[in-house]
Parts: sequence; C-alpha cells; structure tokens
Amino acid sequence: MTKNSLIRTFTLICSITFLGAVSYGQDKPIKKDLKITSIPKNINNPYMVIQSGGAMDACKELGAEGKVVGPSETGASAQVPYINTAITQHQNALLIAANDPNALVPYLKKAMSQKITVVTLDSDTAPEGRNVFINQASSEGIGQSLVQTLAKEIGNSGDFAILSATPNATNQNTWIKYMQEELKKPDYKDMKLVKIAYGNDEDQKSFTETQGLLQAYPNLKGIISPTSVGIAAAARYISTSPYKGKVALTGLGTPNQLREFVKDGTIKEFELWNPADVGYLAAYAAAQIASGNIQGKEGETFAAGKLGNRTVGKDGVVLLGPPTVFNADNIDKFNF
Amino acid sequence: MSQNQPSTRRLARRISWESMLAVLVLIAIVGGMLLNKDFPTVDNWSNLLANFVEIALMALPLSLIVITNEIDLSVASMLGLSSSLLGFLWAYKLAMPLAIVICLVVGALCGALNGFLVVRFRLPSLAVTIGTLALFRGFAYIILGDKAVADFPPEYAEFGLGNVPFTFIPSPFVLFIVLALIFWVLLHHTTVGRSIYAIGGNQTAARFSGVNISRLKMLLFIASGVISALAGIVFTFRFSSSRADNGTGFELSAIAAVFLGGVTVQGGKGTVTGVVLSLLLIGIINNVLTLADVASEILRIVTGSLLIISILLPNLIAATQERFRLMQRQREITTLGGASAAK
Repeated sequence: MTKNSLIRTFTLICSITFLGAVSYGQDKPIKKDLKITSIPKNINNPYMVIQSGGAMDACKELGAEGKVVGPSETGASAQVPYINTAITQHQNALLIAANDPNALVPYLKKAMSQKITVVTLDSDTAPEGRNVFINQASSEGIGQSLVQTLAKEIGNSGDFAILSATPNATNQNTWIKYMQEELKKPDYKDMKLVKIAYGNDEDQKSFTETQGLLQAYPNLKGIISPTSVGIAAAARYISTSPYKGKVALTGLGTPNQLREFVKDGTIKEFELWNPADVGYLAAYAAAQIASGNIQGKEGETFAAGKLGNRTVGKDGVVLLGPPTVFNADNIDKFNF
Repeated sequence: MSQNQPSTRRLARRISWESMLAVLVLIAIVGGMLLNKDFPTVDNWSNLLANFVEIALMALPLSLIVITNEIDLSVASMLGLSSSLLGFLWAYKLAMPLAIVICLVVGALCGALNGFLVVRFRLPSLAVTIGTLALFRGFAYIILGDKAVADFPPEYAEFGLGNVPFTFIPSPFVLFIVLALIFWVLLHHTTVGRSIYAIGGNQTAARFSGVNISRLKMLLFIASGVISALAGIVFTFRFSSSRADNGTGFELSAIAAVFLGGVTVQGGKGTVTGVVLSLLLIGIINNVLTLADVASEILRIVTGSLLIISILLPNLIAATQERFRLMQRQREITTLGGASAAK
C-alpha cells in the first residue's frame, strides 16, 4: 500500500464519518407528498383554528398535502367518523386534539395498524392511542417562567400575591407548586409570596379578590394570575385604580383579551404558549415519523423547521418549549 | 267505495314515498361510487353502518310514538343516562351482565315516567319529554359528574367495535336488524300495529272502537326508554367510554330520520321500511360527504334541508291534490248547474 492510497483511504473514512454525523437523526429527508389530516377538537373554535393553521403552514414547508377536517361539536364520539375517513382515504398521518382520552383509542389504534402516524396535540389520549403527544408547555416551565417574569419587573424584591382559579383546580395548583419551588432559589430571597387568592375563574369574584389583595397588602409589588379569567379581571381593576403602573401584573392569558391592558401599561408582559407553534411542531413530528426518520421513542431527536430540534421525552411526549412572552412589541402579531 | 278511497290513496302515497327513498338511496350509492373509489370498500361500509347504529335504534320506537301523534325528545338523554350508569356500576365492580340489566330496567322506568305523565295527566308529550330531556341528562351528570369510565372488559369492547364474522356488518348493527324486523311485524302485521295507526289517525274514533289508548302509549314510551338505554350500552362499548355527555343532540338526528322516513308530524302515517331507508340515506350521504372532505357545517345544512323537504313535500302534494279535487267538484257543480239551467 502506497502512502498515497493510505491518505486516500483515510480521507474516505473521514468523509464517511462526517457524512454519518451530519445525517444523524436530524437531516434525514422528509418524504414528499405526505398526506396529513388535522382533526381539531371542533372546527370554528378560534384557538383550534390558529393551531390547525400552524400545522398547515408546516405542511406547506414540508411539501405535504395537509387538510383540516373535524366535527362542529365536541362530544366524545364526534371525531371518530373523521378518524375512520382518514383511514379509508389512506392518509399518512393524523394530527388530533382529542376530545376524550379513551373513546378515540380503539379507532386510533386501528389507524396505526394501517401504518398511519398518529400525533396528538393540545389534549392527549392514552399513550397506546398515538405515536407522540405534543405538549404545549410543561407545568414546571410555566411555574418557573411566571416567577422569572415577575421578578424581572419588580427587581427581584418585594411582596407579591397569586390570583388563582378555584382552590382545587389541578393545573393551577401544579403551577403554583412549581412557582414555590422556583422561589426557593437564592435569586428570589427578597421576594415574598404573601397570599394565594381564589377568584374561582369568575370575572366578578376575581375582580373583587384583586381589590381585596391591594387593600390588605399596601406593600404589594406584584400579582401573578395563571388563569385567563383572573388576569383579565385583575387587569381591569388595576387599570382604573391608583395602583396602575405601581403594581406589576403577569400571568397566563390570550393576546386578544389583554391587548388593551398591555397598550395602557397595566401589564408589561404575560405568557401563553403559541397555539400555531403547537400545530406546527405536531406536523413536523408527524412528517418525521411518517418518513421513517424517527419512531417516536424516548430520546430521539428530530428537526422541526423554524422551531429547531426537539427531543422525544418520556412516554412519547414532545415538549413545545417555554411559553411565548407577549408584550407591547409583539402583541399585535398575534390574533387569538 | 267512497269509504275505501282515502285509505287506498294513502297506501298509494306511502308506497311512492318509500320507493322515492329507495331510489334516492340507490342514487346516493351510485353517486358515492362515482365520487370516491374508497366508498364501496368493506371497511367504509362497516364504518358507515356503525356510525348511525345508536340513532337507528332510537328511531324505531320513536317512529311508532310519532305515528300515535306523540313524541319522545328524551331519547338521547336516556342514552347518556344509561351510558353513565353502566360506567358507574362497572367502576363499582358489578358484574357486567347485571349492570346491563339494571341499565335496561332504569330505561324502562324512565320511559314509564314519560308515559305516566303523558297518559295519566294528559300532558303534551312535547313538553313532558323536553322536561325529561333535561332531567335524565341531569341524572347522568349526578351519577358520573365530569368523570369518565373507560376500562371496560375487552370482550365487550370487541362486540362494540367488531364486525359479524365474514361480513361488513358491525356487531351492534345486528341488534338494529333484529329490532327493525320485530317492529316491522308489530306495526304492519298485528292488531297492535293497527291500533297504533288508529290512534294517530283519529284518537276519539280509536277509543270508541275499543283501543286501550293509555296502555298502548304507556308501552310505547317504555319501549322507547328500554331501547334508548340499549343504545346507551352500545355507545359505551363502541367507544369504551362512559360519560355523562354521551350522545348529546342525538335526539334531533333520530327525529329527522323518522320524519324523512315518511312518518308525518300529524300522526297516523309512516312505515318501518321508510324509516330504515331514511336512516340508510342519511348515513350514506354523511359518509360520502365526509369522504369528500365536506365541512361538518355543510353536513348539518344537508341534513336540515332534507328534514324540511321531507315535511314540506307531503304537505305540498296533499295541498295540490286537495286543490285539484276542489277544482273538479267546482267543474261538476258548474256542469250540473248548466244541465239544470238547460232543463
């Protein structure tokens, strides 16, 4: 073997290794002309329309043939005819926001047995009914990020309160638990949670609870309301009170509901996941699985267009990522 | 001769309504095959039939009730109540056959409540069953709240999902075929059936000819309760899911099928064959349009329009016939008058 051929072999080995590294997991091609059906909870639900819109944008990027079909009511069985139709039409993938965690499972299993990729988004089914689930936000992520947002606004110090929904609302309590975890970090040693108030997700009650909080705690620097009813009611009270601009308010809400309060300065920033991104990610995950690039197993990484890479987590759950933060600069880009 | 005439005319109209439905069903099938290559597949027909099995079950006793000039709007709430109760009893480890029997008995009791209020207090069934529509659904929510029961035994779920071996007929659909045959014999070949038509045609006349109206109506409402409860059980197994809101709004689809089947709002008319054909027609139209990705609002518009046409058309035909008869009589009178004048 000459020295020249040794170099050539070495180069060859290097380039193969290099190629291998590049193609690993992420840059495998997506099959063209995949047929993807998106079934929202119900059509004409504004939130679902945005979510499906995101999925259709992704289909366009992927060169897939996407369509949105679905029932006009949200009964447990209403989506079944659409699942069956997708099977009959030999679709490649199904994106579905499940109206019922169990009722759809036998039909989705049938779809999967016919080589149709099933991706649930927004609302999951039992894990055996789908390949992966796109989770809009982790409870931990929401809890952490709400505390971080408020801390930024009040300079990491002072008293604050939480305005929740009902005392036994599971999601609310999980978020509050993670907020309290986050508060244990040394960064927040000067911040004190003085009260958790419950507005029961009623506008009037949330309004008067806000009033009560501000009177009972004159030193209150901020309020976190992780419920869309609560934050809107609190914003309405604060915007017409002397506390406007003095007490920071943040939480979870929708841009359309809070636009005026962001513009008048009552709220600097609030959060929510972007439903369009949920749909977008679901379509990418579906296309990657349908192309055989990943199987939807824990630890697999795939490319999701403008969102970058995502990794499949435990039980086939794919996390969208931290919630979107809305403020005066970006709020007009969102309509939901 | 003159006494015989209206009944033969009615018979003629009935036959033509059914044959019209049969022709429409054929057109829908041919259209479906032309529009979509997936339409005539075994799987698709299995889905098509399974999709309306609960509504079809409820439509059978409902047809008879409408023929007697009453109505039962509580059928879908009864379905929901039965589904919730089945889930509840199963969650409490009751043996499944026993749970099913209890659901059917509760269906009978609820039907008897409707019948009792209608028969004993002479209340209009429209009002009574709007009341029990809310009442039964309320019971369903009390039993199960917003929870769902899902872990039903696999052999029952298989019954709900599977087909009769070697056919495209879904297993639960067999229940409908059997019941449709029973109702067909009952309505068209027994004295009970004749009494049902008699009540709808003219209640007073029926009473004078010795028909026990109260008992018959009571039995029909009980049958409606039991079969709606059965539909609830079928629904539960078909989706392995027991929820209080199951089948919300199904009563309207069932009533639409009954009216389109040629059972008239005024009572006294209609056949089991007509109702079966109309169920099939609605099922096929829904299936073909869904396969063609037509939006669900359009589906509703189509079903709604069919319902309106089915009520409007017989009335238009009757009105035209009436006008024609009047014109003819007018002409006879004129000729008679002319004849006497000539004399």
